[in-house]
Amino acid sequence: MSADDLLFTSGARAIARSVNRRERSAADIAEAVRVALPERDRDLGAYLTLTPDLMRQHARRVDERIAAGETLPLAGVPVAIKDNMCLRGTRTTCGSKMLENWIAPYTATAVGRLLAAGALPIGKTNMDEFAMGSSCENSALRTTRNPYDFDRVPGGSSGGSAAAVGAELATLALGSDTGGSIREPAAFCNVVGFKPTYGRVSRYGLIAFASSLDQIGPFARTVEDAALAYDAIAGYDPLDATSLNAPNEPTADALRTDLRGMRVGIVKEFGTADLGPAIHAAYAQAYADLAALGAELVEVELPTAKYGLATYYLIAPAECSSNLARFDGVRYGLRVDGADVGEMYEKTRAAGFGDEVKRRILIGTYALSSGYYDAYYVKAQKARTAIADDFKRAFARCDLIASPAASTPAFTFNAKSDPVAMYLMDYYTIPVSLAGLPALSVPCGAVVPEDGTRPMPLGLQLAAPLFSERLLLGAAHAYERATQHALKLPRPQIAKAP
Amino acid sequence: MASDRIDVRHVAKLARLALTESEVLRYGSQLAGLLTFVDELRGLDTEHVGATAQVVESRNVTRPDVVGPCLSREDALAGAPQAQNGFFRVPKIIAAAE
Repeated sequence: MSADDLLFTSGARAIARSVNRRERSAADIAEAVRVALPERDRDLGAYLTLTPDLMRQHARRVDERIAAGETLPLAGVPVAIKDNMCLRGTRTTCGSKMLENWIAPYTATAVGRLLAAGALPIGKTNMDEFAMGSSCENSALRTTRNPYDFDRVPGGSSGGSAAAVGAELATLALGSDTGGSIREPAAFCNVVGFKPTYGRVSRYGLIAFASSLDQIGPFARTVEDAALAYDAIAGYDPLDATSLNAPNEPTADALRTDLRGMRVGIVKEFGTADLGPAIHAAYAQAYADLAALGAELVEVELPTAKYGLATYYLIAPAECSSNLARFDGVRYGLRVDGADVGEMYEKTRAAGFGDEVKRRILIGTYALSSGYYDAYYVKAQKARTAIADDFKRAFARCDLIASPAASTPAFTFNAKSDPVAMYLMDYYTIPVSLAGLPALSVPCGAVVPEDGTRPMPLGLQLAAPLFSERLLLGAAHAYERATQHALKLPRPQIAKAP
Repeated sequence: MASDRIDVRHVAKLARLALTESEVLRYGSQLAGLLTFVDELRGLDTEHVGATAQVVESRNVTRPDVVGPCLSREDALAGAPQAQNGFFRVPKIIAAAE
């Protein structure tokens, strides 16, 4: 049994079934992954830290539990974890020099639940520093490449997790999404990326970026596996005050094979003609495929969605400037000495944070500062209400909203040196985030970029009303089953090289 | 030169961030560009709209005021750049009396 068979051809459900039936042991899987991973990740750069010893320990425990008669939903499934989630005893860097050598003293709830369900931790994945970015280029620690074209970015901020699953170096991965950080890299790497409703998955142990927006969710190669992972990590957690205290609604049994009786909203303001003829045609085909599955397509309006980016780039930096105040050289991470404590703070933060993080801290501090608070921060909070209200009105006329997940396929390194050009990547995902809605990206085709030679994947974003995870994943499964776009691209080069 | 719209040095001081001269220039122009970008919000009439701090309409959460399990002191201090006698160690904050 080669690592290929385990990580490539098998999905999470198939792996768990065979381990639960004791056809293969979690220990064998852990060993195969341990042997294969370092070489296969060498050029891709998805991982910042590999955790082979921990993976082996967990595998042993999984095998013991199964021998004792338990059945585990993720038995023996190798998973990757974005490096902004704590895993006790393991380096947790947030892609930053600030935390380059910081060892987490506890485990994030979502990570703990994934492992308790039988998953095996392969390691921690690369990301834009403190989850700020859309390409993974803002990582201070490593370059991650797109598995479908090494000259292109994997997307971000959860780029390492998306690349790991896309390159078949993990069966599942956890990411976090603040304005699109799961959905955009999922689209770039030909995988499914799912951001649940705000509050569905505990943020305890997720290093905060923008607390009113941050949400953990899974990457997988199929909707079915994403549902399986979500079911393992979702649910109330008293350790997160914003965790939704409501009964769990498992999604794995909600998967559908058609969309009959469902109304899918196509957003008038999200026309794709400007994205170029090939991309326009791909999304037109995706909408037609939804209709062919029985959905009724209805045009809906989101007149305030165009204010999403401006709103987000006040609210998220404001919250980030507050959250990242904790990195001051006192309790964890880097310290650079100064003549007095004030100089120590300033020098530590100057040395520890990268360019984009500094930019966001500055703009956020400005938006919250005396004299500007009402004009910027409060204004943005009101705009956020208006955007959420627009979605409510739209969902009175439809059950789901379909749109692109990102404005372009994966771009080349250094192509977006202007910060605002990078921000525009998340045009379609940010309004959904501001409204707190569950949404996912599912592969919907591929185009050859104007500056490229290989076909690069595209993602279809589906968004649903608050708490409608069952509806969302159910519908996405029907679309995926009918179209199978993820399987139409040639397998990534990385997967072929032993 | 620094932007007219944003005094980057002042904001950096509020944010406890030491900036080099070249950073002051670069961020000054980039932040001015960002402010121009977010200015489009002025086009949105929000006179009759309330502010949203969070979207899921959850209520405040309290718990009984009893001691529960938490990080040990050893664990909490393990990642500190400097610790001494069970405390975080920092440079002197209060100047000695003259």
